[in-house]
Amino acid sequence: MPLQLDFTSILVQWPLLLRGAAWTVGLTAVATLLGAALAIACAWARSNGPAPLRWLVGTYVELIRNTPFIVQLFFIFFGLPEIGIRLSPATASILAMTINLGAYATEILRAGIEATPRGQIEAAESLALTRAQIFTRVVLPPALRKVWPALVSQIVIVMLGSAVCGQISTEELSYATNLIQSRNFRAFETYIVGMLAYLGLAILVRTLLNWAGPRFLFGR
Amino acid sequence: MPDFTLWDILRNLALAARWTVALSLAAFLGSAVVGLGLLLVRLAGGPWLGRAVGAYVQLFQGTPLLMQLFLLYFGLAAVGFDTSAWLAACVALTLYASAYLTEIWRGCVAAIPRGQWEASASLALSFGQQFRHIILPQALRIAVAPTVGFLVQVVKGTALASVIGFVELTKAGGMIANVTYEPMLTYGCVALLYFVLCFPISLSARLLERKLAMRTPA
Repeated sequence: MPLQLDFTSILVQWPLLLRGAAWTVGLTAVATLLGAALAIACAWARSNGPAPLRWLVGTYVELIRNTPFIVQLFFIFFGLPEIGIRLSPATASILAMTINLGAYATEILRAGIEATPRGQIEAAESLALTRAQIFTRVVLPPALRKVWPALVSQIVIVMLGSAVCGQISTEELSYATNLIQSRNFRAFETYIVGMLAYLGLAILVRTLLNWAGPRFLFGR
Repeated sequence: MPDFTLWDILRNLALAARWTVALSLAAFLGSAVVGLGLLLVRLAGGPWLGRAVGAYVQLFQGTPLLMQLFLLYFGLAAVGFDTSAWLAACVALTLYASAYLTEIWRGCVAAIPRGQWEASASLALSFGQQFRHIILPQALRIAVAPTVGFLVQVVKGTALASVIGFVELTKAGGMIANVTYEPMLTYGCVALLYFVLCFPISLSARLLERKLAMRTPA
């Protein structure tokens, strides 16, 4: 039998794909905001906090970076109900993505923070800025600028990793792809379309963040 | 129903972890070969082939590994190529990892000063000789640490093979969790085993980085 490809039976399901893509982008956006906040707090704690806190953050970062995302997700979604924490698929996905991104972003940010010249902090101290002011106004903006490309890459990696969230029935893009595939049995074409959709999203998110970062986050 | 003690859980998981290790090694070796081939094509193949390799890298870095697995396992089966879960996982991980490795190594080769290529070309060395005798020994030193570090990503990537039904550490964890009704403990143990596999690799990558950075003349 010659190979016959039929993409129309997938493309007529475009509302499903679009919904899935919107979910994927939405999950990523929320996880990015929360994860970045977590990472900033952790990076601060790791370079300025007391020793036990530093150790705690270090353990968190290493634990997350050395275990697969899917195991983290399953632990949260299937494991936590055992101690009474029952999360919806979407909440569990966001939590897992946030914790995951937080750990990687902590390491990335720390590299930027440690590259701050000592003299800048001393100059800020001599201007009687508080420690919080020094961190948010003097240390953080240039650190963000330095590590922005790495951070954007990590956000894209987390977005692509979120395909796994379909396994706990979060209705994101891979879930939509699987659903379409189970309706038309055209697995080959469907997964190609799914892959291309992810590729488009990845390029879109990367371009958008590379454009937005310098404009809104660490300006001028 | 037999009772599962913590020891039983850990023992069964450790047995399944052998498949995680086997899959990681197969994928890592496969991707090293493919990655090196792609690197050579990119260095010597002219602009069009170079662009093709760039597109390959973009494709595999810009799409989820899970989708690649689905395409190779369910997709190929739907058009008449039956693949086993082991084969699909091996091929998908090899393609995925080779895209990253070739990009990492390209960076390492690019870090070698242009003059080294020119000097060796002026000695009438062929491309193969230039690469083999002049560039490779220098690039290898820079490449060791990030390559070892990337191995961690490969090991973690193998966890996705569980989704297409390949019984490795994560899949075994899911099966045990279903039998014991103790998902928290089981997935905790699964995470612990991954950590035991990956953390030493991470540490050695960091150590190598520091060691090689110190030896590099300023």
